[in-house]
Amino acid sequence: MATTGDEFTLDTAAELAAEEGSAGKEIQGRSPWALAWRRLRRNYVALGSLGVFILVVVACLLAPVYVSHVSGIPPNEVRLGDSVTKNGQKIPVISNGSTKIVNGVPVVVPGGIPIGAQWGATGGAYILGADEEGRDVTTRLLYGGRNSLYIGVTSAAITTVVAVVLALLAGYFGGGTDWVISRFFDLIWAFPVILLGIALGTALSVNGFHHFGINLSGSSLWITIGVVAFVFIPYIGRPLRGQILALRQREFVEAATAQGAGPIRIMFTEVLPNIASTVLVLFTLIIAACILTEVGLSFLGAGVQPPNPSWGTMIEEGQSQLATAPQISLYAGLAIAVTVLAINIFGDGLRDALDPRAKVRIEH
Amino acid sequence: MGAFIVRRLFGMILVLAAVSLIVYLIFIVIPGGNPALRIAGKTATPGNIKAIELKLGLNHHGFFGFLWQWWDMMKALFTGSLVSYYDGTNVVQQIKEGIPVTFSLAIGAGVIWMGFGILVGTVSAVKAGQVSDRVITALALIGISLPVAWLGLLFRYFLAGEKGWPAIFPDGGYVPLTTDPVQWAYHMLLPWFTLAILFIGFYGRVLRSNILDTINEDFVRTAKAKGLTSQRILRKHVLRASLIPIVTLFGLDFAAVLGGGAIITEVVYSLPGVGFYAARSISQQDLPPLMGVTLFGAMFIVVFTLLVDIAYAYLDPRIRLS
Repeated sequence: MATTGDEFTLDTAAELAAEEGSAGKEIQGRSPWALAWRRLRRNYVALGSLGVFILVVVACLLAPVYVSHVSGIPPNEVRLGDSVTKNGQKIPVISNGSTKIVNGVPVVVPGGIPIGAQWGATGGAYILGADEEGRDVTTRLLYGGRNSLYIGVTSAAITTVVAVVLALLAGYFGGGTDWVISRFFDLIWAFPVILLGIALGTALSVNGFHHFGINLSGSSLWITIGVVAFVFIPYIGRPLRGQILALRQREFVEAATAQGAGPIRIMFTEVLPNIASTVLVLFTLIIAACILTEVGLSFLGAGVQPPNPSWGTMIEEGQSQLATAPQISLYAGLAIAVTVLAINIFGDGLRDALDPRAKVRIEH
Repeated sequence: MGAFIVRRLFGMILVLAAVSLIVYLIFIVIPGGNPALRIAGKTATPGNIKAIELKLGLNHHGFFGFLWQWWDMMKALFTGSLVSYYDGTNVVQQIKEGIPVTFSLAIGAGVIWMGFGILVGTVSAVKAGQVSDRVITALALIGISLPVAWLGLLFRYFLAGEKGWPAIFPDGGYVPLTTDPVQWAYHMLLPWFTLAILFIGFYGRVLRSNILDTINEDFVRTAKAKGLTSQRILRKHVLRASLIPIVTLFGLDFAAVLGGGAIITEVVYSLPGVGFYAARSISQQDLPPLMGVTLFGAMFIVVFTLLVDIAYAYLDPRIRLS
């Protein structure tokens, strides 16, 4: 099902290339995908958002390069006693406590406050300041982004695959299969999402998961991925099931059955292509939801486990030092907002492009 | 109708039982989940662990033992005698203490997001394609993309004095409505908006597309042909039909917020509500409170789902309950 997404881009890219005469492939009429691509291509806001998202992904992937060439500070290394040189002066990363005389009375200035944003004055280190353990916020932001994006995209892919398969089974076979799968959806639906995530995440992060030949340590990202993927299954499965139930009654399914096609073949070659555009849009939008859920879980301590950074754990770590070191929380939140917004805008554009009934759109 | 409600009530009880079984399973069966091991600490002897298991009623083993333990916990929960593994406080009592706070938060935020959502959705649908529509659509998209925790911290940083600017609003905390209604509202304003902004954007977008769908319906053309003013058509015909899905959506979201959806907002503003209680129990891996809060939340969700189905049939005569 994830391959459907790949096929979409590959096919249309090939057709586009053919259209422009740069590749040898023939133009075979205008498929719905090609039409959708033409609409999407004119939606500059959506394409720009895709660009922003790709930029964020590339920046996060280059995190090790950033460490080795710019900041020189690994993401999880505690550097409490460290200091930086700024304008020829040595400044401790975590401020020392001191006393100063105000109106003849000694006043204690508490220490332990991490330095704020340096904006390049220290030659690359601590561009966005330090956190409470003297770690570089920029570096952690990039590494945290790797974790947050990885969890968001992977769990969205898993949710989509599982939900599509379940919806196909329920919609195609109906009857008892449909009943069991629908009740399963109802059950997850009845759980408050964040509470189910918390319960699973907390229990699993103690000793990890060691069943069915799968061995995961308590700090494994896959636990968070599994939890986030699990709670979103009905959000994709339910709408798809309804669509498949309607498709099941259509003549082309009957025709395929008459030709002797088996259930698997009908599900994957007859029904699936007809819901592919819905799946693609839901997948895009669920990435945004998954990233936000990971952030929420990590913020509450039931997601990515410290010292491993994620955008959610960074917000949590900075919460208690909001007044003195706002850089720890606020930039991480900004990164989430920009990334999720980019995905949402692109997903919206994708839906407008794929839905022929698309009404008034943002662009023009 | 009567048979429908009875059948649904029965189904609800089954769902709640299944939810509680799953939560129990998550905490007991998953390795490291045995609370006795955690409470006994790192240097515990098998005897210590046995004693703690006995004290917590976890001394039954095997499949039926597991069911028995679960049944014991459910009985304790519903008779109000369930206590925390961690500090021995009564779970039902703690949840009861959190309810006024969580309800204050949910009801206030609900009023705000419904009001602004309808306003935003109607304006952007009426002005579809114009600059104001595009601005509203963009703002709505931004609203649904903001992480709640960050939004709360931003409000606290800039508006509640954390940055060092004069504080316009208090920095978290809760004042009961019965003590001082003005201070209550003043303390709740930031949390309300923190929670509501996400929904305002979402509701505005849904309502906008509903209205644009409804405008093309036959009954709207009929109303136009009758010579009704566009004001009247919008209020009496278009909006009424477009609001039905919004009402159902509101029922479900409101239930989710009551049942723990406000947990992050409560943590950011240190509001001692039900979600805050759950968050506190996470760090202690305290099963009874999490069980209590999860069931409390699931109960709201299933009850409101039923109410929404009934309301839907009432509002839209085309739907028959079966």
